Amino acid sequence: MNKNNLVLYSGILIFGLAAPFLFPAFKVQLSILCVLIVLATTWNIQGGEMGYNSFGNILFYGLGMYLCASVQVGMFFPLAEWTESGGEKTFVHTPTQFFQGMAVGLVVAAIVPTIVAGLIGYSILGLRGHYFAICTLGLGVAAGEISGGIEIIGAGQGFTTPPFPDVGSLEARGEFFYFLSFFTLILTFIAVRSIYSTRFKLILNAIRDNEDKAEAMGIETMKYKIIGWMISAFFCGLAGGIMGGLVGYIDSTDVAFDGREMGVFMVLMAILGGKGTLWGPIIGATIFHIFKEGFWTFFLGWQYVALGVLIVVIVIYFPEGIMGWLREKYPERFGEVVDEKDRKAQVELK
Amino acid sequence: MDFLVFQYPMITVQACLDGILLGVLFALIAYGMALQWGVMNIINIAQGDLVILGGYIAYFMYLYGIHPAWGVIVAPVIMYFVGIAIYKLVINKVVDRDLFISILATFGISILFMQLMNFAFGADVVLANSGYGTTMLFDSNVVLPNSKIFSAFISILFAACLVIYMKKSKLGRAIRATAQNARAAKILGVDTEKVYAATFGINAALCGVAGALISITFTIHPYMGLPYTIRSFMIVIVAGLGNLPGVAMSGMGLGVFEEFADYILGTEFRIGSVFLLLVLILVYRRFKLSRKREYLK
Repeated sequence: MNKNNLVLYSGILIFGLAAPFLFPAFKVQLSILCVLIVLATTWNIQGGEMGYNSFGNILFYGLGMYLCASVQVGMFFPLAEWTESGGEKTFVHTPTQFFQGMAVGLVVAAIVPTIVAGLIGYSILGLRGHYFAICTLGLGVAAGEISGGIEIIGAGQGFTTPPFPDVGSLEARGEFFYFLSFFTLILTFIAVRSIYSTRFKLILNAIRDNEDKAEAMGIETMKYKIIGWMISAFFCGLAGGIMGGLVGYIDSTDVAFDGREMGVFMVLMAILGGKGTLWGPIIGATIFHIFKEGFWTFFLGWQYVALGVLIVVIVIYFPEGIMGWLREKYPERFGEVVDEKDRKAQVELK
Repeated sequence: MDFLVFQYPMITVQACLDGILLGVLFALIAYGMALQWGVMNIINIAQGDLVILGGYIAYFMYLYGIHPAWGVIVAPVIMYFVGIAIYKLVINKVVDRDLFISILATFGISILFMQLMNFAFGADVVLANSGYGTTMLFDSNVVLPNSKIFSAFISILFAACLVIYMKKSKLGRAIRATAQNARAAKILGVDTEKVYAATFGINAALCGVAGALISITFTIHPYMGLPYTIRSFMIVIVAGLGNLPGVAMSGMGLGVFEEFADYILGTEFRIGSVFLLLVLILVYRRFKLSRKREYLK
C-alpha cells in the first residue's frame, strides 16, 4: 500500500465516521448508500469478475432480510402471533433483547444464504450467458411470489421488524444502523480487496474470458464459480439483514425480493461504475444513489419511468462504465504500458 | 382445495380444456419471441409488456363502445408501429452487442412500459367484456367461456397466416435468410436493417393480438407483463428455435400445468410455480447436456 492510498483510505474512514454527526439529516440515506455499495461490490464479484451476470442476487438479499427479522423476533416471542397482526404492539423488545437478536439474526442472515448459494450453485452455475441471467431472474421472482404465500412470515400483508428500543436518545436508531452498515461496508471492502489481490481473482477472470480454456488448463471452474457466488451471497444476506432493520417493514415483492428495484439496481450500479474493477461499483453506487434520490424527490411518481430511461441510456451509451471510460482515456494510470506510436496510429485511424 | 382434482374427475377435464385454450395464447406469444430470438439473437424481456399494451388497446376500444373483438385487428396494427419505434430507438443499438446488454436494455424498456401503462391506465385489474356467453359440456359439469374458444381460434388463425406469410412472401424469405446467416444475406442484397425492424414489428404485432385476446378472456394489469415473458421464454427453450409444432405443444403443456398448479397449490402460488418451473427446466437441461460435456448456448 503506497502513501497516496493510505491518505485516501484514512480520508474515507474519517469522513465515514464523522458523516452522521456532520449531516445528521442524511443518516438514513447514508446507511442506504453503504448497503447499496455492498450490494454493487459483491454483485461485481460474480457479475464483473466472473462474467456470470446474475439478476438473482436479490434472492440472498431477501432471504437475509427475512431470516434476520425472523430470528430477532423468534428468539424471544412467538413468530406466528407477531406476524399475524399487530404483534409488535403486544411484544416489546428490551434493548438487550433487540441487540442480541440483531447480532444472532445477522449471523444467520449471512450464513444461510451462503449455504443456499452453495447448494443451488452446482445446478445453476452450469448454465451460461443469457440462460444464467434468465434463470436467476426467475429464481428471484419465484422466491418473491412464494414467500408472499407463506403465512408465518406475514404472507401478503408484510412483516414488521422489531422497532428500535428506547435507549434514551432519539438519534440512536439512525446512528446504530449507520455504523452497522458502515462497518459492513468496510468489512466488505477489505474482504473484496484482499480477494482481488490473490490468484482467486485471476481464476475468476479466466472463467470470464474463456471458461472452456480455463477448464482445459486444469482449473476446476465449477468449484471456483460456486465459491465466488457464495461470497456474493454472504454479503448480500448481511446487507439484506441490515436493510430489513433499517426499513422497518418487510414486504415479499416490494422490499425483500424486489427484483424490479434492488435486483436491477445492483447490476446497474456496477455497470455504471465499471464492471470488473474494485472502485467502479463504489463510484457507480454513489452516483446512482445521488441521482436516484434526486429523481425520487423531484419527479415523484415518475421515478420508474426515469429509471427505465436511465437503464436504457446507461446500457446503450456507457456499457463500459465510468472506470472503463477513464481507463480508455488515461491508460497509464491503470498500470497499462502504452506504446506512443500505437496510440498515435489509433488516433489517426479515428 | 387439496385433492379435489382426484375426487371430481370433471375438474380434471375442466383444467385440461382451460389449460389448452390458455396454452394456445402462450404459444402465440412464444412464436413471436422465437421469431425475433432466431433472427436478431435478442431476448426481449419487454415481450410481456407489449402483450399487456395490446390488451389495453382492446380495453380502450371496449371503453369507447366498440366491441373489443375488433381489437384483434386494431391492436396489431398499432403495436407494429410501436415495435418499429422501439427497434429504431433502442434495439438497433444493441443488436450485435453482448447478449447481457440486450437483456438489460429490454429490461429497462419493460420497466418503462410498465410504469407508463400504470400512469395512463391506472393500477386496476381490468377486463374487456365481450359478452360471448358460455358453453356447457358434459351435463353442465364443464363450463367453457366462448371467449376462450374464440381467442384460441383467432390465435391459431394468426399463427397459420404468419407461417404462410413467412413461407411465401418476399419479406418472409428475407427474414428466414437473415436468421440463417445475417452476413451472407447482407452480401446477397438483403437489407438486414429493414428485416430486423420488420421482425421486431411483427413480433410486437403478434403480442398485440395476444394481448387483445387476453383482455377479452382474462384480465390485464400493468405489472402482469413479466410472467408472460418468462412463459414465452420457457416455451421457446423447451421447443427449440424454429420448431413450430414444438412451440404449440409446449405452450399447451404449460397452460395445463398452470391450471393444475392453480387447483393443487392454490392461486397465490400460480405465478411462483411458473417461475420455479423455468428454473427446473433450465437445470434439467443443464444436467442432461452436461453428460455430453455440452452446455446450453
